[in-house]
Amino acid sequence: MMQTDSFVEKLSTNKYPIWKNGKPLLGQLDMELAERCNNNCIHCCINLPKDDLEAQKRELATGKIKNILREAVSLGCLSVRFTGGEPLLRADFEELYVFARKIGLKVLIFTNATLITKHLADLFSHIPPLEKIEITVYGMKRDSYEAVTRMPGSFEASWRGISLMLEKKIPFIVKGALLPANRMEMDEFEEWAAKIPWMDELPSYSMFFDLRCRRDEDKNKCIKSLRLSPEEGLRILTRRKEKYIREMKDFCSKFMHPLGDRLFPCGSGLGGGCVDAYGNFQSCMMLRHPDTVYDLGNGSLKDALENFFPKVREIKAVNSDYLNRCARCFLKGLCEQCPAKSWVEHGSLDTPVEYFCEIAHSQARFLGLINEKEKAWQVEDWKARIRNFVGN
Amino acid sequence: MKTKVDLNSVFGLSEDVVARDIHGEFIIIPITSGMGESDDDIFSLNEFGRAIWDKLDGKRRLTEVARALSLEFEGTKTEIESDCLGFIKELLKRKMVVRL
Repeated sequence: MMQTDSFVEKLSTNKYPIWKNGKPLLGQLDMELAERCNNNCIHCCINLPKDDLEAQKRELATGKIKNILREAVSLGCLSVRFTGGEPLLRADFEELYVFARKIGLKVLIFTNATLITKHLADLFSHIPPLEKIEITVYGMKRDSYEAVTRMPGSFEASWRGISLMLEKKIPFIVKGALLPANRMEMDEFEEWAAKIPWMDELPSYSMFFDLRCRRDEDKNKCIKSLRLSPEEGLRILTRRKEKYIREMKDFCSKFMHPLGDRLFPCGSGLGGGCVDAYGNFQSCMMLRHPDTVYDLGNGSLKDALENFFPKVREIKAVNSDYLNRCARCFLKGLCEQCPAKSWVEHGSLDTPVEYFCEIAHSQARFLGLINEKEKAWQVEDWKARIRNFVGN
Repeated sequence: MKTKVDLNSVFGLSEDVVARDIHGEFIIIPITSGMGESDDDIFSLNEFGRAIWDKLDGKRRLTEVARALSLEFEGTKTEIESDCLGFIKELLKRKMVVRL
């Protein structure tokens, strides 16, 4: 006879491992339901205008998205992220959401909250997403908010959506994007965010903005002008100095070492991936280099995960600049350099991105891992440097 | 209102949950709210719970379910019936099964 205190055990999927027999082929799937957005944020790496009919025509039809979700479930997927663009912009969002939940998926929604209506809030209350909704807040005041979104009325719409979520007790968290218009509001934002019942920690921020994921030189100029300098970034990262150093010690002891010519030491394409708005399956949300993208119109998630992504992950760096610097650099991990960032910045998979290199070096200098004029790839005794830092 | 559960009762699975076998892990995913303590809870069943779950076809009385379980699990008739009732009560509390 089974001896047990409870026949039904509550599972925390955020605390692995829930899989006793190894992870399923697909654990989590990202779906960009549209690249279109009803905001026009100055720093955004993906947004197209909400009324871009060409883009809308190319977007996956409802039935095709359902087929992808069905296949995801058959491969063991437990959680899908609906993102964009603004996912709520799709007229069939509710249908897709209910469908995903009824086939046994948890749904994580990334939204700006401007399109959350009473009807949608009621729906989320009755059929909960089982994941906290993530809302990006662009400012605490109309002026700052709409200086970012460039959309009159978006401030009120967003706060109306957030109020509905609070009223209906729908779990959500908020995130920020640090831009010139709202940088002075960090304290106010954090003070407000701390009162949201589901915020377990401080809000996260995007601040080292990615360039346009479809590579757009004109818009990239604007995004580059909005990026924090490495020094400004460091100042923000170290606002809570003790916490930052504590986390960095833990991080450095686990993840920092040179990676050689391997371009994909990350989890890209392993147990997850991202389907873009048009049915292309990417090994990660940012990487859209044509050689790394799988067309689901001519295949399946399973084929991509079993046969295509493993080949992508085998791609090695050949760029001599990368091999002389990044491949030998022990700041890998601290540095955001990756094939996706290289692709959006330079159109190749293995070109060093100076901006991320400078940010990583700036942090490493602050942490005492390198000297003022040193380059991390020149450091021979990097293991001792990490030992000294972690042991301090 | 409390529902009296006895061995003559017949139960079926609620349409408000989805049960999935992912890589050998049996997981119950609520569709509607109110099944867990918080709105992001999902659940798993132990081996005994899974065996009962599979037998809740909306036709068999619990006494028949318990009889079938006695062929799979060790224990006296009383122990198995008691565990079967305990399991159903827990599922009822969480609205994962419905009385027919």
